[in-house]
Amino acid sequence: MTVELLLQTLLSGILFGLVYALVAIGLTLIFGVMDIVNFAHGEFLMFGMYAAFWAFALWGLDPIVTLPLTTLLLFAVGVAVYRLVIRRITDAPMLSQIFATFGLMIFFRGLAQYLWKPDFRSVDHTIVAGKVAFAGLQFGLPQVVAAGGAVLTTAAVWAFLRFTRLGAALEATAADKEAAALMGIDAQKMFALAWGIGAACAGVAGALLATYYPIFPEVGSTFILVAFVLVALGGFGSVVGAFWAGILVGIVEVMGGFLWDPAYKMVLVLSLYLIVVWFRPQGLMGKA
Amino acid sequence: MTRSVRALAAIAALALSLGASAQEEIRIGVIYPLTGAAASTGIELKNAAQLAADLINGTDKSLGLSLAGAGGLPGLKGAKIKLIFADHQGNPQVGATEAERLIAEHKVAALQGAYFSTVTTTASQVAERNGVPFLNADSSSPALTQRGFKWFFRTTPHDELFVQNAFEFLRDLQKKKGIAQPRRIAIFAENTEFGTGAAKLQERYAKENGYEIVEKVLYPPKGTQLTSEVQKLKASRPDIVMQSSYLGDAILSMKTYKDLGFLPTALLANDAGFNDSEFLKTMGKDGNFVISREVWALDLGVKKPVIAKANALLQARHGVNFNGNSARAFTGVFALADAINRAGSTKPEAIQKALQATNIPGADLIMPWGGIQFDATGQNTKGAGIIVQVQDGKYATVWPFDLASRDVIWPMPSWDKR
Repeated sequence: MTVELLLQTLLSGILFGLVYALVAIGLTLIFGVMDIVNFAHGEFLMFGMYAAFWAFALWGLDPIVTLPLTTLLLFAVGVAVYRLVIRRITDAPMLSQIFATFGLMIFFRGLAQYLWKPDFRSVDHTIVAGKVAFAGLQFGLPQVVAAGGAVLTTAAVWAFLRFTRLGAALEATAADKEAAALMGIDAQKMFALAWGIGAACAGVAGALLATYYPIFPEVGSTFILVAFVLVALGGFGSVVGAFWAGILVGIVEVMGGFLWDPAYKMVLVLSLYLIVVWFRPQGLMGKA
Repeated sequence: MTRSVRALAAIAALALSLGASAQEEIRIGVIYPLTGAAASTGIELKNAAQLAADLINGTDKSLGLSLAGAGGLPGLKGAKIKLIFADHQGNPQVGATEAERLIAEHKVAALQGAYFSTVTTTASQVAERNGVPFLNADSSSPALTQRGFKWFFRTTPHDELFVQNAFEFLRDLQKKKGIAQPRRIAIFAENTEFGTGAAKLQERYAKENGYEIVEKVLYPPKGTQLTSEVQKLKASRPDIVMQSSYLGDAILSMKTYKDLGFLPTALLANDAGFNDSEFLKTMGKDGNFVISREVWALDLGVKKPVIAKANALLQARHGVNFNGNSARAFTGVFALADAINRAGSTKPEAIQKALQATNIPGADLIMPWGGIQFDATGQNTKGAGIIVQVQDGKYATVWPFDLASRDVIWPMPSWDKR
């Protein structure tokens, strides 16, 4: 009984941690390439969830079916946000950058509340509904699918950065904007691409979460704090770091809450963050 | 010279018109969570409060409550009530700032709010300091009326009564329905004022009534997941879970129960999120069989027609039914209007005095209460609670048995047999 409970809790933590990771890799990508903290990243997630929800509510399309569309849509949103707002503040003082993305966050939340009301929505039946049960353990199928999707997406982003010319150009821009420009890489394009991919990751996360998580205008705020922790914990700009940090935080949060007192679960997560940042300021996988 | 005279005259005219308009309307500041996780509850409360004000300002007497259709307050020559809404975002600091702003900027005659017990605590402190009456219609933390405040009045019963009700309900079930006595209780509550206060009372009454508390989990609201909390509950194998949660957590916890296959014999909820219209909409059939304490239910309209009539008005306007929260917000505005009307003035002292002398009969309310009458602490002594159970996607009154429209279903059927 107890072993089962422990195992169940551990695996639930990992499943949830993978979704955290997916939200965080978009954030860390944007930060790595541009050195801009995107406070509105949780709202990209929220838009992804709403996109999935409305496709379901209006046309009866399953969030999993519309996932590619949601991803493309969010890619476009990311690029648009870059072109309309972020491009103007690329070289602005950090405070202006913070205000700009923070302002976007408030604007997007307000917009969602205005357009779609503050109601809680949910996708009440999906093709991934159901359960996975084995050895006395059970998990919601949507959670398992979401975690699997998170792994695939992270792998795809990682492979893109590692093995494609475009990915290499993106990494080059992240490493040294001027040098990359001298090599003929258009920094503006790379920045737009980073925002597009970053938002698209949030879009994937949103579509996957929509299969089991309530959808409301403030939903991004509950995820974004953890995402920031992952970005710092994994190493600013490190996609792989954010991925492992997601799993770690998922385990610490859920197991810590179970073994100790749930009231302190975030204390554990943030203590872990403080310890890592204290001894390894560059994060687990960041370059010093 | 002539120009400055003209300017002065214009200012004087403006001042006069302002003075005149101030006579015609009674401003009441209303603070609710209009954005944030509880925004959908806040908007329901706002709509209900506005409906109450419009009924008092209007001339349609068909509802049958004594101030409804009065065309404004007769005690103030037909002055209209104007509600000025403010958003506290579920944040106690914002609640206090907004109370300050409503008093300083809008010179409100009284304040109403704030649903969240934590926010009511801070906002009413501001009112107390400024000497402005604060009417609370919907916060249930007992501590609120134990602070010795002179300007604080609460129409709703508080959690002590609700917790007593829960244990009376359990006793009645055993006595009259022959249900075997459950022994093991787990307490599950969010860890702000509302949840911790209720948890303390549940613990005390459980012990007094011979139950065993097998687990007590207090969780921080606004988290992303409740897995560890639910696992802890599951490990304690309770018969009954007594839960106090706001909307987002109520939904999240129910989904987690189902995912992890956790099912107690009964879930006794402490109102709040479980009684929000959104809860049923989002949960669908998974929301069935939750038992909750309530102060109001639509099916009471069979025995008290004014309830059905008021509900029809809200339906016509917003397409939603009243629920316990919005019915109390509605009642709060009527209670304030009644006091201001008798005071015949918008002076805070006069309204305070009138509130202290409030004596509204039960027949003049849309609540199943004996009436409204405040004791020295500002607590309404005539409030009463009921217990409802979600059956077929609706809240049905199941206790007290003489008001019940349906029989209680006990134990909860398992998740896959619904």
